[in-house]
Amino acid sequence: MNLITKFLLELQEVTELLWRVLKGLRKKPRYFNEIVNQMDHIGVGSLGIVVLTGFFTGGVLILQAYPTLEYYGAQSNAGQGVATSLIRELGPVLTALMVAGRVGSSISAELGSMVVSQQIDAMRALGTSPVRKLVTPRIVALLISLPLLTIAADLFGLIGGGIVANQIYGLDTNLYVSSVRAGTSIDDLIAGIIKPIFFGIIIGLISCYKGLSTTGGTVGVGVSTTQAVVVSSIWVIIADFFLSKLLMSVLDSTLF
Amino acid sequence: MSFESLQNYDSDDGPEVVDGKNSRVQPVIEFRDVDLAFDDQVILDGVSFTVRRGETKIVLGGSGTGKSTIINLILGLLKPDDGQIFINGEDVTHVDDADLMRIRKKIGMVFQEGALFDSLSVYDNVAYRLHEEKVDEDEVEHEVLRMLRFVDLEDAIDKMPAELSGGMRRRVGIARALVGNPDIVLFDEPTAGLDPPTARTICELAIKLRDIEDVSSIFVTHEMNNLEYLSSEYAVLDREGNVHFEQEGNTLSLINTGVMMLRDGKIIFSGTDEQLRHADDPYILRFIRGKKE
Repeated sequence: MNLITKFLLELQEVTELLWRVLKGLRKKPRYFNEIVNQMDHIGVGSLGIVVLTGFFTGGVLILQAYPTLEYYGAQSNAGQGVATSLIRELGPVLTALMVAGRVGSSISAELGSMVVSQQIDAMRALGTSPVRKLVTPRIVALLISLPLLTIAADLFGLIGGGIVANQIYGLDTNLYVSSVRAGTSIDDLIAGIIKPIFFGIIIGLISCYKGLSTTGGTVGVGVSTTQAVVVSSIWVIIADFFLSKLLMSVLDSTLF
Repeated sequence: MSFESLQNYDSDDGPEVVDGKNSRVQPVIEFRDVDLAFDDQVILDGVSFTVRRGETKIVLGGSGTGKSTIINLILGLLKPDDGQIFINGEDVTHVDDADLMRIRKKIGMVFQEGALFDSLSVYDNVAYRLHEEKVDEDEVEHEVLRMLRFVDLEDAIDKMPAELSGGMRRRVGIARALVGNPDIVLFDEPTAGLDPPTARTICELAIKLRDIEDVSSIFVTHEMNNLEYLSSEYAVLDREGNVHFEQEGNTLSLINTGVMMLRDGKIIFSGTDEQLRHADDPYILRFIRGKKE
């Protein structure tokens, strides 16, 4: 099977999985407890790494950009630069990549192990749909958690940038804050929230698909875990470009 | 009318229901000319057989001969390319997901390694089906205890699957499969990798189900010891309600246990264990004596 055929086949299967998730949402049983458990694992569990990522990304942005801004005498716009790049791009993308690494791998490894130890077959034999019981709660939890995690990353990124600007370059905090506020439009916030919703679907679908399609025993679990992280990370970055382009035309923003 | 002639009646639209659903004559499981292939590899080729109520069908065969595929087809985890499958007289070959879920509720499945849910305790594993059906917790507890008593594992109720030995995992798997009193129990190599005494315990559970609970079952195995136990021993209850196992001896032959052997997706033998031992097919002889081809 060549690469294109394989890609199209996987695309078809992932689309079918999404369709089954959507169909399952309409009917009972809905596993609310499972959704809450997954939100705890995905959302609360990832908060630490996401906050750290956001904080230091904001910091490094100012660290690198400030000398150039100073050269042009535009130090007062430092906050605006951080806000725009963080809220529009870096916040959603880096959060999604961190979550793909942490959560995507764990979803894929867990489902993959369940496949190779016949637990998925057992579930079906006991009259439960693995899509409803395992896939839907994970995707719904990602859909809700990822935008919230992104907001946390954005916030701590701005704080990190502010601390670096103030402590290293001596920029006045009020100047930084007012620059952030001036440089953030409602469009930025909408774009920054819409993107992670799509990223959540991408990470959830790909990780669950890779986990459920595991073959070849424990070695296969390792392979599908790696693939889940790599493939979902790549698709997050590709989707980010197209989403940015789409949001640019829909929101008609001048900042892009 | 002999059992043979009753089994081989001809009908184009599903098995006839004789004397209601619980008749011993109506097959509980019936395969009619079932074919299945993955790409160019033939898995099952024209497989037809029946399992009557209360009967245990032992399916023998080497690795990769399509034994487990039969079980997956009964559960609807796989669909045949051709042919028909009937469960309790209902054609399940091409039913939708909702009907499949309904049919699976009457089937218990025991997996090779137990396939217990790692994240759930023994109690929650056994109670799984009842929890899914939102049954009242008092009733769940009563049923779980009853099943764990059946497999003699009441003490393990609060343990996690990781704390159990291989044999205990299979017994919990059996308890989980029996919740909801299924008409049919499918065993997929339940004794693989177990020491002989533990393997015997598993076989005794299957015999108890067959002779005392009147459950129909398919017992997939490649171990001749299992055949020996299942086809030559039977369980009886004494006046106190205790279970005893007795040998069929030379004068009796258990009619509720059939043997079927598969090779390359085809049934090469179907009959009793006595007939199997007297078969003159070289493959069967080598299989019985445990020698490689």
